[in-house]
Amino acid sequence: MSTVAAAASVSGAPRPRSHGVWNLAARRLRHDRFGMIALAVVGLYMIMVALVSLHLLAGDWADERGMHYANPTFMGPGPDDLAMIEPPPGHMLDLSAVDPLAPHYAEIERRTRELQTTVRPRVRTLPFGGDRYGRDVLQKAIKGSQVSIVVGLASAVVATFIGSVLGGFAGFFGGRIGDALEWLYNVFTSVPYILLVFAFAAVSGRSIASVIVILGLTGWTGVYRLLRAEYIKHSNREYVRAAQAIGAGSMSRMFVHILPNVSHVILVQLSLNVVGFIKAEVILSFLGLGVSVDSVSWGTMLNEAQTELILGKWWQLAAATFFMAVFVTAFSVFTDSLRDALDPKLR
Amino acid sequence: MIGSGTVTSYLIRRIWQMIPTLLGVILLIFVLFTLFGGDPAEIIAGQNASAQQVDIIRQQLGLDQPWWVQLWIFFKEVITFHWGDSWATREPVAHIFLTRLPATLTVMIPLFLLTLVLSVPIALGVAYVRGSLTDRLTMMATTVALSISFLVYVIAGQWLFGFKLSWFPIQGWSPSVWKNLAVYVPLPVMLAVFVSLAPQVRLYRSFFLDEIGQDYVRTARAKGLTERQVVFKHVLRNAMIPILTDISLQLPGLFVGSFLIEVFFSIPGLGREVLLAVNRSDYPVIQATTIYLAVFTMVINLLTDVLYKLVDPRVVLK
Repeated sequence: MSTVAAAASVSGAPRPRSHGVWNLAARRLRHDRFGMIALAVVGLYMIMVALVSLHLLAGDWADERGMHYANPTFMGPGPDDLAMIEPPPGHMLDLSAVDPLAPHYAEIERRTRELQTTVRPRVRTLPFGGDRYGRDVLQKAIKGSQVSIVVGLASAVVATFIGSVLGGFAGFFGGRIGDALEWLYNVFTSVPYILLVFAFAAVSGRSIASVIVILGLTGWTGVYRLLRAEYIKHSNREYVRAAQAIGAGSMSRMFVHILPNVSHVILVQLSLNVVGFIKAEVILSFLGLGVSVDSVSWGTMLNEAQTELILGKWWQLAAATFFMAVFVTAFSVFTDSLRDALDPKLR
Repeated sequence: MIGSGTVTSYLIRRIWQMIPTLLGVILLIFVLFTLFGGDPAEIIAGQNASAQQVDIIRQQLGLDQPWWVQLWIFFKEVITFHWGDSWATREPVAHIFLTRLPATLTVMIPLFLLTLVLSVPIALGVAYVRGSLTDRLTMMATTVALSISFLVYVIAGQWLFGFKLSWFPIQGWSPSVWKNLAVYVPLPVMLAVFVSLAPQVRLYRSFFLDEIGQDYVRTARAKGLTERQVVFKHVLRNAMIPILTDISLQLPGLFVGSFLIEVFFSIPGLGREVLLAVNRSDYPVIQATTIYLAVFTMVINLLTDVLYKLVDPRVVLK
């Protein structure tokens, strides 16, 4: 201690600024080429999600612009399978004698002509094909990405928040509070995860918000375990005891002193959870337990793709798989880099 | 040697500790379904029931009683194994368990064993040549494989091998176990093994790497043991402890099975039954499955801890 003070006073020159944990981590991250590429990809997705959320992109994904299963543009138009149905051969029977509507034929004709109808021409091809209703698969995939990513991020935030707060309390206070929270943790972990999700899904509605709640309320246990251990470790460190000695209360020690020192653990857990929850959302939506039917996510797209494949319409499967695989790979690589950068001891 | 007395007292203490957890699970399920679930009487009565019919059902279920009486009824159901009938099909819940479990196990046991038999040697192999091209290629392949949804593998695999190439029936099930194993199980198991291999290899590789870096490995080499002895006698045996933990974590999952596999291949197993129950708001089936699998998980965890002792004499049971 004294040598440092002496050195500082002797030189008199401004001391080199010491770099904080985040500063060092950012520098390590910048040197990680894979990590930066992944970050760029994730960034692009985030811009896409923002644009979709602001209705600047894929706002009209539900428009039925194309033909039923329109081909992707590069494949050229498919056979015109919506061609007019051939009228049956033979002459039509004259039913006017028995048809109760016969006296009104003329009136029906006249009234029909008064109504204005516009027939929208349906295009034969779409950039990446159409689905059963002739909706643009590319726009659907973009809209689906927004839904899946938002659900993944939001539920990861919820789960990480619950896990961090409970873990913090359990680790910091121990004793009765710690025992009670440990009991809660044991209860949640003794039920197999997927059954827990099903049980929650059985009593909740089908919407984006309910998926976030289900995944958030069932997925906090991993974060809790880690944060509890961190808080136990930190609450006896010298800097925390020093804070206590100068009169910092429990809340102040927990959130002002310890929290910044464990925040890197929280951040890594958060990003690990994002990938896990996106996969979970896709499976829930696929099974019909996720987002509602009038919405679209990667999961609902895969659900439709299952029957389409037999008809040879592979593009919806390809689009959903591609968008999901790129995001998940990029996010996983980024998470790994983040972990390496924030906690070099871990590897 | 383990004194049998210590093991017995350890077991008793652990089983004693399970009781609060089990009570917690019962409470959790009760609160979840009572507070947030729909009104059971209306679910059972259906849409065309009169208010009177709904009231009668409500009385029969004890729903007109205060909550502590309902909790007691629920608790009695759990400990007496008397769940009554499924709301949707009137089939006794116990009968559902007994008839659906064999199908699930017919798929899950081969899947579980095959994954284990394949992933341990592959992980040991790539861990041994860590940093090499083989290792890096394998790791890259697993990263990509992990990024693609499980659903895509099954959809594409079922289409390719079942529909396009017609190597296997697309779906189906027969009453005979042997016919199932020979005809209907291979495709689902093959696809599921392929999917579970990637995360498993990654995990086990990290276990092996942890051990390969240890001092005792260097000591073993220094005293002139052959590579074969170092790898199989020292590294493999020590890495068995985390591997065992991982296996024990997977075991309870065997019973719900890979519910996705069961849905895709129309296998009449427990996982598909639970999913059907969720879709039909068939609460007794969901509640019974959840609680009994929780008990099963606790028992497996206990057995694993005892097993550690057999594998690793350094472990002290406390």
